[in-house]
Amino acid sequence: MTDTTHQPQAPGKEDGLIGRFLRATELDPRLIGMVGALFLIWIGFHAYGALFLGDGSFLTPRNLWNLSVQTASIGIMATGMVLVIITRNIDLSVGSILGVTGMYMGLLQVEWLPQLLGLGHPAIWVITVIFGLLLGALIGAIQGGMIAYLSIPSFIVTLGGLLIWRGVAFLAADGRTISPVDPTFALIGGGPYGAIGATGSWIVCALGCAGVIWLVMNGRKNRRLHGFALRPAWAEWFMGLLGCGFIIGATLVVNAYPWPKGILQQYYQSLGQEVPEDAFIAHGFAYPVLILAVVGILMTILMTRTRFGRYVFAIGGNPEAAALSGINTRAMTVKIFTLMGGLAGLAGVIASARLNSATNALGDLDELYVIAAAVVGGTSLAGGVGTIYGAIIGALVLVSLQTGMVLIGFGDGSYRKIVIGAALVIAVWLDIVYRKRIK
Amino acid sequence: MTNPNRGTPLVEMRDISISFGGIKAVDHVTVDLYPGEVVGLLGHNGAGKSTLIKCLSGAYQPDTGDIYINGERVEINNPRDARSQNIETIYQTLALADNLDAASNLFLGREIVNSFGFVDETKMEAETRKIMARLNPNFRKFNVPVSALSGGQRQSVAIARAVYFNAKILIMDEPTAALGPHETQMVSELIQELKAQGLGIFLIEHDIHNVMKLCDRASVMKNGQLVGTVNVNEVTDEDILGMIILGKKPAKAA
Repeated sequence: MTDTTHQPQAPGKEDGLIGRFLRATELDPRLIGMVGALFLIWIGFHAYGALFLGDGSFLTPRNLWNLSVQTASIGIMATGMVLVIITRNIDLSVGSILGVTGMYMGLLQVEWLPQLLGLGHPAIWVITVIFGLLLGALIGAIQGGMIAYLSIPSFIVTLGGLLIWRGVAFLAADGRTISPVDPTFALIGGGPYGAIGATGSWIVCALGCAGVIWLVMNGRKNRRLHGFALRPAWAEWFMGLLGCGFIIGATLVVNAYPWPKGILQQYYQSLGQEVPEDAFIAHGFAYPVLILAVVGILMTILMTRTRFGRYVFAIGGNPEAAALSGINTRAMTVKIFTLMGGLAGLAGVIASARLNSATNALGDLDELYVIAAAVVGGTSLAGGVGTIYGAIIGALVLVSLQTGMVLIGFGDGSYRKIVIGAALVIAVWLDIVYRKRIK
Repeated sequence: MTNPNRGTPLVEMRDISISFGGIKAVDHVTVDLYPGEVVGLLGHNGAGKSTLIKCLSGAYQPDTGDIYINGERVEINNPRDARSQNIETIYQTLALADNLDAASNLFLGREIVNSFGFVDETKMEAETRKIMARLNPNFRKFNVPVSALSGGQRQSVAIARAVYFNAKILIMDEPTAALGPHETQMVSELIQELKAQGLGIFLIEHDIHNVMKLCDRASVMKNGQLVGTVNVNEVTDEDILGMIILGKKPAKAA
């Protein structure tokens, strides 16, 4: 059992400044790569705009704010797709689940509930959201059950789902567009009123920073308790400042994006006042972005701190070993697809609220963006590897590419598809190269 | 059969049969195991040893036959049931999740959770360090996936998992097949130590010398059937080889 050839890891050997930095901070080099790629994309689009169109419009509070809102629905679904892909499955139906839940939520809040409760009843949006989440989860559970207990490959079950749920969504309203949605429901999609404003954003910022500091200090306390090697103090400071710096930076950006004039006039009119000369009301964080943040945090806790998350990784690493360890792998598959369906339902809430209507195109091709986001974010299609934050950054990368193409005048869908398709293939190739090198 | 053991066996697998698609992998086999005893399970590849033992570890359910633990009939329908009977298994494949580190593998399915129900990662790593210090003092790679470990290190993780949870019945499926001579020696010493602690061990083994050295009794299987069980100190290695190859029981042990 004693491996005689085994040498204790010699710290400091063969690595220079960068290696020491990575070891001390325990930062994932892939994360740094992804964030670097993201910044390159942002700067690239901004520079292109500035040089060739005379107007760099990418790195503006307005665009970044819109980017954050557009990322929400893809990002939320991508966090679920991470679990699906880690366990060596795939879910091609998420776009259609989003579509069908969006459509039934539209019918529920526009045509059915107002007849029962009266138009504008305050409970309408609550019932609608809960219904959407449950419908998505139910669809996911049915698909997961077929994958786990009937042993039909997930590719086939969800490919069938892709077609079936899109068809059901069309038939549900005979192809009509359902609009407008409940006014409170619409706030969930973002927009000037669907954001928490400057003060609220600073409160969120303070909470976020407190959370980062608590994480750093608690981690240090835990290591000391069990007598493990501590990170160097400078690395702890660096991580804390990096986390807080990111949150403060994001807050500054969203608070620098003011309400447009039309909304200001509307707002002051409703107060019965004139619009002041220096009127400046910031958007602050949009609701969908906050929902994405909460989903991201909860999913990260689920994946790293609970047995459920352990089992997801174990099934992905070695399904047979997981089963021999007493893990009910079939029940796990059903739970994972149920969660995925529920998240697609939540994305359906955000997407239909943002559009202020339920249309047949809702969520069309989203499955590809979601899978691409998870994969760009470092989730391995071979299973066993993936992170929630990676998937969210992956979603941000894809949505950045998409909106960036629009901003520099290549808004035609064909160009966008080419760029995003190429990004997906390159990301997977880089992943393969990276894995070979660390082996 | 002369059996030096007295009293109730720790494990008795009585009249076990299991077939896959019409082929009888295990055909009315009865074996038993006493505390502080090592019973070797021998036979060619495909003789049914691993299949028999998977009925005990909960991976398969036998078509017929019963399993008795300390004289009481028990139902083992899945690996969880086996674990609750203090049956631990070291599989030939090791059954490790390659993408997880040593601590995660050691506690897989039995994670230590704190009062909030969250997995206590640092506690698990600390416990892993303790048991590894005992089993394999040179082991240092606690924070890397087990795919980055050598064969011997991986084996020691699999063994630690079986030993940590106070097994009473240990199943070892060719534990030394992938190991070098020095590591094989370590496993032999561990088997002796566990035996002295009163564990019963089923050892699936191909190397006849290891069988003669480590086992008290040997049960030989051929084509799914039990050829016979012999006391190792009453037979020669030729006798056992004859049982394995020819399916012939030696006269003196009959």
